[in-house]
Amino acid sequence: MNTARFTPGQKVRIAARTPPLHHRVPSYVKGRTGFIERVCGRHAEPERAIAGDLDARRQLYRVRIPQHELWASYDGASGDQLELEVFEHWLEAAQ
Amino acid sequence: MSESEKIQPWGPHDVGGQAGGPVNMTEHDTAYWEWQIDAMLRLAMQKGVLSDFAELRDGIERLNAEDYENLSYYERWARSLAAALVAKGVVTEQALSGKVAAIRARQAASE
Repeated sequence: MNTARFTPGQKVRIAARTPPLHHRVPSYVKGRTGFIERVCGRHAEPERAIAGDLDARRQLYRVRIPQHELWASYDGASGDQLELEVFEHWLEAAQ
Repeated sequence: MSESEKIQPWGPHDVGGQAGGPVNMTEHDTAYWEWQIDAMLRLAMQKGVLSDFAELRDGIERLNAEDYENLSYYERWARSLAAALVAKGVVTEQALSGKVAAIRARQAASE
């Protein structure tokens, strides 16, 4: 229960869904792939909190996505990356 | 993901990647009414009316795009909190709109 499913360096895909309530995943990263940068530990998660489950904790990860993959017109340095934190139930292993 | 599978945004806040224009960087003090909204929210949470800040955010994200754009930070809080208080039966829609009308009338009379 306390072990993280993903490890740093692993490639993951962010789910392309839109639950009809506040969630911590902006639409511009949905369906995109990135890499686990670090495991951030277990944290309170808003989708469960709204349902009244305030004690629930979910595994959180920092995910890196290359900027040029996110934005077709990105003209910054080729190594630039976006980092954002995503809960485990939004992630699946990717090839 | 192909272009035809474009993800629809969730709510008026979900605008990452769109051109947003210049950011207003001027400093401002918190007005007294804004502290009052803050205090009311914390009271509502303490009493279990609102479970969490996530619920406040959820209400803010349900504002229509025009309101979201036009309201200030604490005005959005006030709208979300008011909607939650009505939804949970703490106050009625009628009592709320009656109070708003009374305050407007009082303000108009003092101008």
